[in-house]
Amino acid sequence: MPATRALSYAEAIREALRQEMRADGRVVLLGEDIGVYGGAFGVTDGLLEEFGASRVRDTPISEAAITGCAIGSAMTGLRPVLEIQFMDFITLCMEQLVLQAAKVRYMFGGTTEVPMVLRTPAGAGTGAAAQHSGSLESWFVHVPGLKVVAPSTPADAKGLLLAAIRDPNPVIFVEHKLLYRTRGPVPEDADALPLGTADVKREGTDVTVVATGVMVPRALAAAEKVAGEGISVEVLDPRTLRPLDTDTLVASARKTGRVVVVYEAVKTLGIGAEVAARIAESDAFYHLRAPILRLGGAESPIPYNRTLERAAIPQEEDIVAAVRRVVAG
Amino acid sequence: MKTLPIPAERLVAMLQAMLLIRAFEERAEELYALGRVHGTMHLSIGQEAVATGVCAALRPDDYVLSTHRGHGHCLAKGADPRLMMAEFLGKETGYCRGRGGSMHIADVRSGNLGANGIVAGGLPIATGVGLSIQLRKSSQVCVAFFGDGAANEGAFHESLNLAAIWDLPVVFVAENNQYAMSMPVRKSMRIERISDRAAAYGIPGETVDGTDVLAVHAAAGKAVDHARGRGPTLLECVTYRYKGHSKSDRQRYRTREEVDAWRQRDPIAQFRSRLIASGLLSEQDAGLLEAEARTAIEDAVQFAEQGPEPDPATVVDSVYA
Repeated sequence: MPATRALSYAEAIREALRQEMRADGRVVLLGEDIGVYGGAFGVTDGLLEEFGASRVRDTPISEAAITGCAIGSAMTGLRPVLEIQFMDFITLCMEQLVLQAAKVRYMFGGTTEVPMVLRTPAGAGTGAAAQHSGSLESWFVHVPGLKVVAPSTPADAKGLLLAAIRDPNPVIFVEHKLLYRTRGPVPEDADALPLGTADVKREGTDVTVVATGVMVPRALAAAEKVAGEGISVEVLDPRTLRPLDTDTLVASARKTGRVVVVYEAVKTLGIGAEVAARIAESDAFYHLRAPILRLGGAESPIPYNRTLERAAIPQEEDIVAAVRRVVAG
Repeated sequence: MKTLPIPAERLVAMLQAMLLIRAFEERAEELYALGRVHGTMHLSIGQEAVATGVCAALRPDDYVLSTHRGHGHCLAKGADPRLMMAEFLGKETGYCRGRGGSMHIADVRSGNLGANGIVAGGLPIATGVGLSIQLRKSSQVCVAFFGDGAANEGAFHESLNLAAIWDLPVVFVAENNQYAMSMPVRKSMRIERISDRAAAYGIPGETVDGTDVLAVHAAAGKAVDHARGRGPTLLECVTYRYKGHSKSDRQRYRTREEVDAWRQRDPIAQFRSRLIASGLLSEQDAGLLEAEARTAIEDAVQFAEQGPEPDPATVVDSVYA
């Protein structure tokens, strides 16, 4: 077993950045307030001091230009990691990201590569209201040419970010704000975890709960709660949303025969729709003992008020109720 | 006629480049009319002096980012017309294996990072190319071509500002051909010159006659020198497109007389006369060069037509590296 120690999710991301910047001079950071300020969530704290202002580049508030800057530099020899301060602001990067980063390789017949990473904090729970709380990952899952990663633990955050930086394709790396302070064992080594591989976070036999991002710890807490009732829950974290590890999803569904998909994004056409469809299209369908259930965000913008905000996002008790429901059949 | 400050063979090469661009596009238009092309195209006939004058000021290892009206930039940067024509016809043997077409031709090996279907789409990317050049401590430059319409996009502002504050080795070349599809420049901005906007970013700005290849070349040379070491320039080349925006254009927004007036200033005719007047070429030489260009394009069409269609089984090839 590799040596580990406890780090927060934010520290794990920072360690991945630091180790990769030390190992590879082509890696540069771009973003708003990532230098002296250390990033809006403190993720890049200390990196300016170690690597200097030419590799840790504070940018003006110009999301389209800095996204293009990442693309152009990636096409010509750098390995940029761009921070977009809130995932909501990715709307200002859409053209560059979707029409340029994702497509240039294909349009140009495979003659170029865009090895860039766009890191961005997503999600609600901080009272930041409707324009700073979005979970917009499924928009990008819909775009061939992009990869989308959403880690739920510090170790996954580190290993997957290393993989994302080393990947020759544009990767959207979705960090959940509520996870930044969560702690867990993280390997000291700079070993990448493979993109496109789901992880079983808890083994079980009665129900598979497929959860992403901050829903993973909630699903684990829910699993613990219903274990006392004799319900054995398997918690599966896809970790990479594009490409999606269909085999692992299908195998788990086949084993348990019951599936709940939990995600924070708006329920309609969120990642749960794709997960449910892939299971329903597979031979696991014949093993299902209950309809697949999706738990997603409310069909509303994220509200400011604490009670309303909580109501807009699946909580531990919602997962418990959903698990009981599919088991009751 | 005063002496031209450029070696004769380079002047002749510029005329050849312009002739090749025109021959390519005239033939492309013909192929389109014959129904041999699936898709659309945007012709730069009338604008050849801009692509040629700018690219002649570049080194082979410099980069360009082009636009939807990009055949000229591509050829002027040294692309092989055979691979371009094959791409235009959607063939597996084209630059982009038939995946890109006229609007997305790229020739990465000659530093052409691609035509772009999005107005101002290449400008943000150019800042990144500039950043990579700067951090690699290379002496390359990157030219970003764009049209007058792109100057009203937000990406124009963001990109020029970013390039300016970081002193990036980028030359922003505004090809002002008077119309953004049907929208005339005089109605889409309150200023006379797009280059006036350079002042807003604290960078040099210059407007030149974009029908005069030597004027373009001189201004581009200055901007390229400035880029290699000091930072960006906004260079506006005032020009005109003779053809419609694309194949759907009924040209209701301009008059026949206006088009004819610009045709009187044809960049190729102007430069051809100038070379003849200066004694560098005879009428006969010029005629030979024209014939050569047409032959090269005929050869390209033959190559393209012989190329295979892409295999449907390869539709998702190259989405990912």
